[in-house]
Amino acid sequence: MTLDTKSPEAPPAEPQSYVDPAEAPSMATRWVRRLTVASIALIVVLPMGTLVVWSFAFRWNFPNLLPTEWGMRAWTYVANDSSRVLEGLWNSSKVGALVTIMSIAVGLPASRALGQHEFRGKSLVEWLLLMPIIVPTLVATMGIHQIFIRLRLTETLFGVALVHLIPAIPYFVLVMASVFANYGTALEETARTLGASKLRVFRHVTLPAISSGLLVASMFTFLISWGQYVTTLLIGGGTFITLPLVLFPFLSGGNHATAAAISLVFIAPAVAVLVMTSRQLSRESTVMGGFGKL
Amino acid sequence: MKDGLRIPLMLTPALGLVVLLFGGGLLVGFGQSLGYFPAIGLHDFTLRYYFSVFTDKNFLQSLWLTFRIAAVTTVLSSVLAVGFTLVLRQKFAGSRVATFLFQVPLPVPHLVAASGIVLLVTQSGLIARFLAALGLINVPADFPALVFDRAGISIVLTFLWKEVPFIGLVVLAILQSVGPQYEELARTLGANARQRFFSVLLPLIMPGILSTSIIIFAFTFGNYEIPLLLGVRFPATLPVVAYRQYQDPDLALRPEAMAISIILAVVAVLLLVAYRRLARYAVR
Repeated sequence: MTLDTKSPEAPPAEPQSYVDPAEAPSMATRWVRRLTVASIALIVVLPMGTLVVWSFAFRWNFPNLLPTEWGMRAWTYVANDSSRVLEGLWNSSKVGALVTIMSIAVGLPASRALGQHEFRGKSLVEWLLLMPIIVPTLVATMGIHQIFIRLRLTETLFGVALVHLIPAIPYFVLVMASVFANYGTALEETARTLGASKLRVFRHVTLPAISSGLLVASMFTFLISWGQYVTTLLIGGGTFITLPLVLFPFLSGGNHATAAAISLVFIAPAVAVLVMTSRQLSRESTVMGGFGKL
Repeated sequence: MKDGLRIPLMLTPALGLVVLLFGGGLLVGFGQSLGYFPAIGLHDFTLRYYFSVFTDKNFLQSLWLTFRIAAVTTVLSSVLAVGFTLVLRQKFAGSRVATFLFQVPLPVPHLVAASGIVLLVTQSGLIARFLAALGLINVPADFPALVFDRAGISIVLTFLWKEVPFIGLVVLAILQSVGPQYEELARTLGANARQRFFSVLLPLIMPGILSTSIIIFAFTFGNYEIPLLLGVRFPATLPVVAYRQYQDPDLALRPEAMAISIILAVVAVLLLVAYRRLARYAVR
């Protein structure tokens, strides 16, 4: 990785730049910037890089800085059926997709109502929808466990997805309400007066306008489900295996190489998310700004 | 469609799910904590489980630990996030790479963050190896115990790694939507950097910091797997204690487990209500 910190005076400020182009950065400012870039790179890359190295380590004893013997043992194990990594990967993907689809189905209308309309009892609705962010999901899950046993929903994909919805819906609504609040309805009204049907308006006017926000919100939702551990353990009863459930014993068991390899598999969608959304996250204020409106 | 019905119809699916699942789950848990547990033949409402939880010295120790981890994480991540944001909001050589790297932890699962941090900071971790290479330590035991320690340092480090970018990106988003005008105005009026930060910038970003810190506090306060993975067995955080009791083969322990979780939930809500009150007061 190359970090271009060598030419601090170089680029003339772009139009949207925040800093006054007339004012050249002082020596102190330049050093603060270099230090910041270096520390971000170190803090972010070091733990993840260590995982990569560990996953290929066969023997790596203290105090060696690099493994003394390299090997593919951890990866061979991950690919093996007995490790249940692939089963976990498949289950995690299915649950994540189901949770995302359900979140969109129930969350999109609700976030539109909250983002674009004023109505009586709005703050109560907001509080109810955001409550699961504040009260630990584990608490509700223990109660749900009892109900789900009776409904025969434990150890099922659907049961696990339902429980993942509890933390997912609030985040989805928070982001999408902010997206809708920043989106004018004038174009929709024009399309309607020109005779477009509701479905057509949604497909050709609304959807393109909110699509980038919706993408980020859906990915957040997917990742919330993807990262769930204890709720899956409880409702899945230990027989419905997702990736975090496969990973956990290796983490607590101190098997570094295998834990590292599974961790890297577990990161896969995160990489995809970053590639697809990094522009929206840092450049489009409405998406992340939604979290600032609790 | 009548306009009066439109908004309720839009809200019903989401509200219904949250109220049924989340509210239902809380209600069942609350019932059990009061001793209503027909499955094991308990039908009488009683407060004795709450009483036994509150008179347990270990409970208070766990509550304090849970609170301390959440509070330290929240304060540190807010301060660090503002610091990084102040630099990252400007454009300079390397700022694009830095901003991209800054986002990396956001989608990384907490368990993976924990495993990365552990491999760095254990007594035989990468940092200890670097120190050994520099000749500063000889054996792993010379390196301070940061994992499985009573202070929960590696727990806080893991949370910080995950949450600093979260707050930071929200603050960056707010700054972007506000634009540089206010600061420039303050500058032309003769305000120095310090004054610009405290009288212009901070009031602008404060609401965003407050809402994200609420999310972070609640999340770290209720998190189970990170303290289970990186903490000592005793004292454990409240979610860990509650889950341990809940999973005990002795079903008679369940009402107490539920009492602990209900207290956990109530404390979380009370702290946040108090915090919001305080925050409103501070923002105005």
